[in-house]
Amino acid sequence: MSDEFKIEIVNPEKSFLSKDDVNEVVVPAFEGEMGILKDHISIISFLKPGIITIRAKSGEEKYYVEDGIIEFKNNTLSILTSYILNLKDIEKNKLQELLKNAEEESNKPEISDQLKYLADQKVETLKSIN
Amino acid sequence: MASLDDLKKRITSVKSTQKITKAMKMVAAAKLKRAQDSAEKGRPYSEKMNNIILNLSSGISDKEAAPKLLSGSGKEQVHLCVVLTSDRGLCGGFNANIIKKAKSYFAKLNKEGKELKIITVGSKGNDQLKRVYGNKIIENISFKNSKNVNYFDAEKVGKIVIEKFEKEEFDICTIFYNQFKNVITQIPQAQQIIPLNTKSDDQNNSEDNYEFEPDEDEILSNLLPKNISTQIFKAMLENSASEQGARMSAMDNATRNAGEMVDKLTIEYNRSRQAAITKELIEIISGAESL
Repeated sequence: MSDEFKIEIVNPEKSFLSKDDVNEVVVPAFEGEMGILKDHISIISFLKPGIITIRAKSGEEKYYVEDGIIEFKNNTLSILTSYILNLKDIEKNKLQELLKNAEEESNKPEISDQLKYLADQKVETLKSIN
Repeated sequence: MASLDDLKKRITSVKSTQKITKAMKMVAAAKLKRAQDSAEKGRPYSEKMNNIILNLSSGISDKEAAPKLLSGSGKEQVHLCVVLTSDRGLCGGFNANIIKKAKSYFAKLNKEGKELKIITVGSKGNDQLKRVYGNKIIENISFKNSKNVNYFDAEKVGKIVIEKFEKEEFDICTIFYNQFKNVITQIPQAQQIIPLNTKSDDQNNSEDNYEFEPDEDEILSNLLPKNISTQIFKAMLENSASEQGARMSAMDNATRNAGEMVDKLTIEYNRSRQAAITKELIEIISGAESL
């Protein structure tokens, strides 16, 4: 099919995922959700905590990310992230732990506005998974 | 000449040392495989990160307004050196090589009248540096408890570095580590991470017209701190592969030397045994003759 493109997700430890039959990817970009289709203009953006949805020929997959940078170029989408989890494999108590940490972070008094916003996003996303 | 008993004891002791070094070599070999794997797997991330930063910095319009992590603080007076070493010894020249490289750099800075601050990661580096540069060491970080190199440890170091930079405690940051080339060769490296070295290779950089969301400055200021951690992480991965490689070859050498020693001692043992027997025989024969 001609409307497919390639996606690569890497985290510092390894190459997390690589697929070349992707039709659409929705990423939680910093200024709002962003859908990427084939032949998108070259773009660099960064992510806020949220869900990455990958719609591929082989099915739909969802991942939780805490941060990251995306780069789209020549029909290859690269996502660099330091923390990523497949929603399918995520465990209940792990989720609770993340949520607790995020809530603690957002309740810290000395935190800057931007960090507070990110932490709130984290809480929201984690709650929506639950 | 040592008595037979003494020789026997020495042979047993060398043999048991050999057993230990052999075991350590095997363990290092197994760990090396894993460390090498993770060093290789970690490469795409730091490469991609580097590429994006290069693209961004070449696209940045106003060099003056660029984030300080990229352009530097405008001074070159205070140098921060992050020296990455291992927590364990018995790995040949691994730590010594890094320290040597670092010390020659320190001496150069001293000559130029620059101020020096040191952060040591890993206890071996701290042990060796504190004798001469004890008052310069501002922080000592050790990850003895982490089994494998992981990103969160690197991030911790990165955060400390960035925090100090923002407080303007230093102007230039350099990290020292061993780059893994192969099991026998590790190359000590000095890499400057603040301000970032953006000597791009100028290949097709100008042709990529990216769209940025939000704008370049904001992305850069978000990306650069991450890049610091990534670079440190990369250095830590390289270092751990190098450490295991160095230990493996050191222990291999030790095992071989122990083998040679055992051979030599065995020959000496046999000779003195024979000498003792001959002596006894002569005594008996001459005793019989005198009768």
